[in-house]
Amino acid sequence: MLSITDLHVAIGDKPILTGIDLEVKAGEVHAIMGPNGSGKSTLAYALAGHEHYKVTSGTTLYQGRDLTRLNPEERAREGLFLAFQYPIEIPGVSNIYLLKAALNAIRKHRGQAELDAMDFLSLVKEKMEWVSMEEDLLYRSVNEGFSGGEKKLNEVLQLTVLEPRLAILDETDSGLDIDALKVVAEAVNRLRSPERAFLIVTHYQRLLDYIIPDYVHVMIHGRIVKSGDSTLALELEKRGYAWIEQEAARGAKAGGGT
Amino acid sequence: MSGPAEKIRRLIKKKYPAGFVTDIEVDAVPPGLDEDIIRLISAKKNEPRFMLEWRLKAYRHWLTMHEPTWAQVQYDPIDYQDIVYYSAPAGQEARPKSLAEVDPRLLKTYEKLGIPLREQELLAGVAVDAVFDSVSIATTFKDKLSELGIIFCPFSEAVQAHPELVQKYLGTVVPYTDNFFATLNSAVFSDGSFVYVPPGVRCPMELSTYFRINAAKTGQFERTLIIAEEGAYVSYLEGCTAPMRDENQLHAAVVELIALKDSEIKYSTVQNWYPGDEEGRGGIYNFVTKRGACRGDHAKISWTQVETGSAITWKYPSCILEGDNSVGEFYSVALTNNYQQADTGTKMIHIGRNTRSTILSKGISAGHGQNSYRGLVKVLKGAMGARNYTRCDSLLLGDKCGAHTFPHIDVHNPTATVEHEATTSKIGDEQLFYCRQRGLSAEDAVSMIVNGFCKQVFNELPMEFAVEAQRLLSVSLEGAIG
Repeated sequence: MLSITDLHVAIGDKPILTGIDLEVKAGEVHAIMGPNGSGKSTLAYALAGHEHYKVTSGTTLYQGRDLTRLNPEERAREGLFLAFQYPIEIPGVSNIYLLKAALNAIRKHRGQAELDAMDFLSLVKEKMEWVSMEEDLLYRSVNEGFSGGEKKLNEVLQLTVLEPRLAILDETDSGLDIDALKVVAEAVNRLRSPERAFLIVTHYQRLLDYIIPDYVHVMIHGRIVKSGDSTLALELEKRGYAWIEQEAARGAKAGGGT
Repeated sequence: MSGPAEKIRRLIKKKYPAGFVTDIEVDAVPPGLDEDIIRLISAKKNEPRFMLEWRLKAYRHWLTMHEPTWAQVQYDPIDYQDIVYYSAPAGQEARPKSLAEVDPRLLKTYEKLGIPLREQELLAGVAVDAVFDSVSIATTFKDKLSELGIIFCPFSEAVQAHPELVQKYLGTVVPYTDNFFATLNSAVFSDGSFVYVPPGVRCPMELSTYFRINAAKTGQFERTLIIAEEGAYVSYLEGCTAPMRDENQLHAAVVELIALKDSEIKYSTVQNWYPGDEEGRGGIYNFVTKRGACRGDHAKISWTQVETGSAITWKYPSCILEGDNSVGEFYSVALTNNYQQADTGTKMIHIGRNTRSTILSKGISAGHGQNSYRGLVKVLKGAMGARNYTRCDSLLLGDKCGAHTFPHIDVHNPTATVEHEATTSKIGDEQLFYCRQRGLSAEDAVSMIVNGFCKQVFNELPMEFAVEAQRLLSVSLEGAIG
């Protein structure tokens, strides 16, 4: 589904990602972990096509297509979804209006009929139960005046309604209390399917207690320096990142890579 | 991929769908202005003596005045001797009695603009007065309204049929000495709408005037007068367009509203005069004086305007709150794109006790557009307990446009409460990216964000026109990006 080879990404003149290799197959859940500033969010934004994040070299194939040739909305319509770490406020635009416009843009792209207001509403109400969100949030302006937790749940609501093929969750767990965390995990687990892949960017092991990943990757200084299964996350929780940094430094000296 | 600034630049390229010209013979006076031209206009309209006298007084006063320069707008000097002050489609001087007599080319023009004049095709519940250059060519639903005693007719007809009402109210809110453009209008005004709603009558439909400038080098100087008697209610809407031409054209209108005790006038404008091209050539100079007086207790006047057109907009729809507990409101969306300039706002003059006013101004600047809010809130000595709330928000698209706010507050009563809030924001790259990441095209995203920004004002428009205003805003920001 997603095949990244030697990806380099810069913000302005500053290189952030310096050679990412990653293979994500349909049905898999990958967790990307790593200390602050290691480039995790940069990877998420670059995959979504944010123009401040410049791909300077490498290839990214998504469903066999060169991702860099698609603009952000084309990526979205092709089923790539990013749950934002800091969801954006849009005053005067109701949450439900944005969601309906988004779903219909995607359906139209897929050659499906657009949903009318009634069908859409019943769909959204069903999905709202998944994330136990208050209904009035549907009619408020997008993210305006939402609490931190409500903003994150709103991202997950969009995820459940838009049903992407590749979902990237950028620190969706940060700032959530344990109940909300479980809600997020439950929604993700319900959406797991052989056709869908997840890339979960997180600081902490905590979320991975509830969403068991198939692979865990550790990113340091813009590269994936170690990959493993879900036990790697538990090890990181116990030992922190320092030992991996040292290991990576030794590997680099020896001329090795990951 | 190009940068966001370039995208925004491409995004705001504008098309103007109302820019066509109707090919029709006209009966026009020669360009230029002197007393003879004024006598000629008055004679063409077969006006009573008082009307001509008033025009001449205004003209003589105008000669002593200077064009104002305080507004935050720039334009080349206007040659007032090069303007045609009266132009009418030929053969329409004797106003057609029914639509069957109206030149089909004129009906077609309005149809193309989306304003069908045949009653069976009309929006249910909207009566239309269609003004073409200097004359009104048709007014719909007149008979139905007159059953209720409501007068809705062209101004020139009111001068003939109801001279006592015209004489009683004309110039009582905007005197002929008021300002350079209003005084010019008083001297040469050609047509416009006249509305009179008798005591206790609630006008059952929206009244609407559609102004169209067609002829080249012609100024449009219409005059609108609306009177709501005690306990009456009326909602009125004006719309306007003009063909695309390289030279600038002057539109200097005057609107006077008079709201008596317990009455309410709601006046909405969707202004889409030709704004000029991308380089700033051509376009309408929209120099307009609009003012309403709440003459009685508990009277209410509400101005709502959506200003998307004109090369230059200079207008300040205002309320004089004389009656105790009277209410004034001003809701405005002004969009400037390319080289458009807008200097607009309101004046709220609190005279009566417990008078209240609300000002909500939304300015959107794109391209090289310059957008200024200019407002005055004045509370006079006797206005015990007066209250005002003002909020001015500006939204910038791109980095070559400007937003300016000039609020003036002048309070002479210590019991008054005056609040002012102002914000300026840029349409965020992050907002755009967020919407695009959800699958919306950049164009749809900008249009959605801008409409969200204007929502509180659109909520004040009558339903049909709120939809029209949203559409207009999207068209004004049309052009591919990304």
